[in-house]
Amino acid sequence: MSSFQYSNPLEEAVDGGHGGGVVILLKDCVENSGRFIIHQLLKRALLPQSSDVVVFLAFAQPFNHYDRILRKMGCNLSVQRDKRRLLFIDIFSDDTLDKGNRGTGDDMIIELYGKVHRAVEDCGSRVMVIIDDVSLMELHSNSSPSLVFDFFKYCYSLTVQYGCSVVALIHSDVYSKEDHPSLLLQLEYLVDVVINVEPLASGLAADVHGQLTVTRKRVGDDFSESRNRVHNLHFRIKDTNIDYFYPGNKN
Amino acid sequence: MAELICRTLRDGGLEGEQAPALSINDEIDCSLGFCVFEHILLQLCSFVSSQKSSAKHCVGRVSRSPLYCGKLLKKNGVDVAGSSKWLKVLDWFTDPLCWKSKLGESGTVKNLPLATSLSVTSCKSIKNKDALLSSILELGKEMSLYGKGRFIVGMDSVNEMLRHASIIPVSSLINTLRSHDKICSMFWLLHADLQHPQAISALEYASTMKATVEPIVTLADGLMAQSSNPSLMEQNLRRGKLFIRIKRRNGCVKSMFEEFCATNSGVKFSPVSSEDIITAQSLVPSVQFNLQLSEKERYKRGKVVLPFEHQGNGAELQIYNGRRPETQCGCIDKGSGKIIYLRDSDDELADSDEDPDDDLDI
Repeated sequence: MSSFQYSNPLEEAVDGGHGGGVVILLKDCVENSGRFIIHQLLKRALLPQSSDVVVFLAFAQPFNHYDRILRKMGCNLSVQRDKRRLLFIDIFSDDTLDKGNRGTGDDMIIELYGKVHRAVEDCGSRVMVIIDDVSLMELHSNSSPSLVFDFFKYCYSLTVQYGCSVVALIHSDVYSKEDHPSLLLQLEYLVDVVINVEPLASGLAADVHGQLTVTRKRVGDDFSESRNRVHNLHFRIKDTNIDYFYPGNKN
Repeated sequence: MAELICRTLRDGGLEGEQAPALSINDEIDCSLGFCVFEHILLQLCSFVSSQKSSAKHCVGRVSRSPLYCGKLLKKNGVDVAGSSKWLKVLDWFTDPLCWKSKLGESGTVKNLPLATSLSVTSCKSIKNKDALLSSILELGKEMSLYGKGRFIVGMDSVNEMLRHASIIPVSSLINTLRSHDKICSMFWLLHADLQHPQAISALEYASTMKATVEPIVTLADGLMAQSSNPSLMEQNLRRGKLFIRIKRRNGCVKSMFEEFCATNSGVKFSPVSSEDIITAQSLVPSVQFNLQLSEKERYKRGKVVLPFEHQGNGAELQIYNGRRPETQCGCIDKGSGKIIYLRDSDDELADSDEDPDDDLDI
């Protein structure tokens, strides 16, 4: 994550401050989508004063969708893509992924990993890999959850080797009724930070749109006690920004 | 109690017996199993490096980064540079499925090796049980001089093996290792909620000791309950309870309980605190009648003198006969009539067979 001053409690809760790579799992549900956090993290990584590069794996929406949203938030994705600060891999329209000869799901996943690894390796700056989202990745690649987890583990190995960060969105209610150990649980064991987006515990409210629970576990070789922390935040989604605040402290 | 486990693994089994094996189990509510695994690994490394163990070497099969392992050992004062003589790491983390190797061969990526001081061997055979067995035995043999010396095997995630193979080959591998005369002892970490109960039971049978990590605070079911208790969740990220079961040779199973706390300087173990005793008391089901006596009630009950109770304190014995003695009577009314009723017999029972109304002619 970037080492700038935190602009909201979410960044403070998520950023380890030790400058290394961090793996974040973003869990949402039907009642509350977590995509707004993806947009915020994307915008923060592409700030003009930052030199970070983003590798965005899009399984949910095409490029234009994110471009429109980020323009409203003051970030032009087309310009960033031209400047090579954004590598947008769109699973629907990407010509570099050999659609005609995709072969098995294994081949596609390995090819996708190859692109991510190449981008991280070639980039001289810090890289953030964003996956939107893991549930759709499993569907579109026509592969098993085990293979998707292998992909994630390989991306995790890049965070150790190259200091990059990985952010992945997953829908927790898709896996809630499974009677066998799920991909979601395997990812929860692996990652460093889990952000759980859910409806407000006390019910619907006009000015608070939901709550986040940010759980930071012990991260890699960072043995500091500040790692094991749980933060409970409320949020309010505005047109061009998101307000985060601790419960009872809206100002 | 954790020290007992470490000593048992350090000493290994007797000649002709299978090597002792420890299974560390945890679940997502308190995923501190890895802290316990690290603690045991560091203790055994300390024993082996200082030659206090019957085992001369360690082979670790890791699904975390070898860089992390190196930093962990260094932080705990282990000479990482000199560890290659007694510690070998089988790396399951960097490229277990050979994706990076294939991409490197095709020129897509450069596939640079990890820079670490540990002696690391990449594992390319995660799906092949026999190849895995050979890798482990080969690493152990490399370290031993003239083929002598036993070694300890540590596996930080059996779940990775079970993702790529069924329980039968995994159990077979563990049993084969335990039966090998060069293996001093084994220990592994298992995330129990990622496996079916049959797999967990099979691995339990393969082990001689089981350490289960349980949360220090039990949360209610459901995400909403968890997210409304961040402080309780934090407790479970740092502290836990360790339930240890050791199977003895004579067949009996010894169980022990201990609390532990994961700190920056390592894991600290302590006896179960009295808070748990209070928690246990509060678990008594609440009913409509009072099952307990308060202190005041106990005192008053102790003061009651029972009928016909001889205190033996030297005072005149007084037997209660249903009437007060004349000396204790109030004033005698001389002018009015009175009825003095004397009971026929002090021994007469109240519930006599004789019906007092028998003389009535009804």
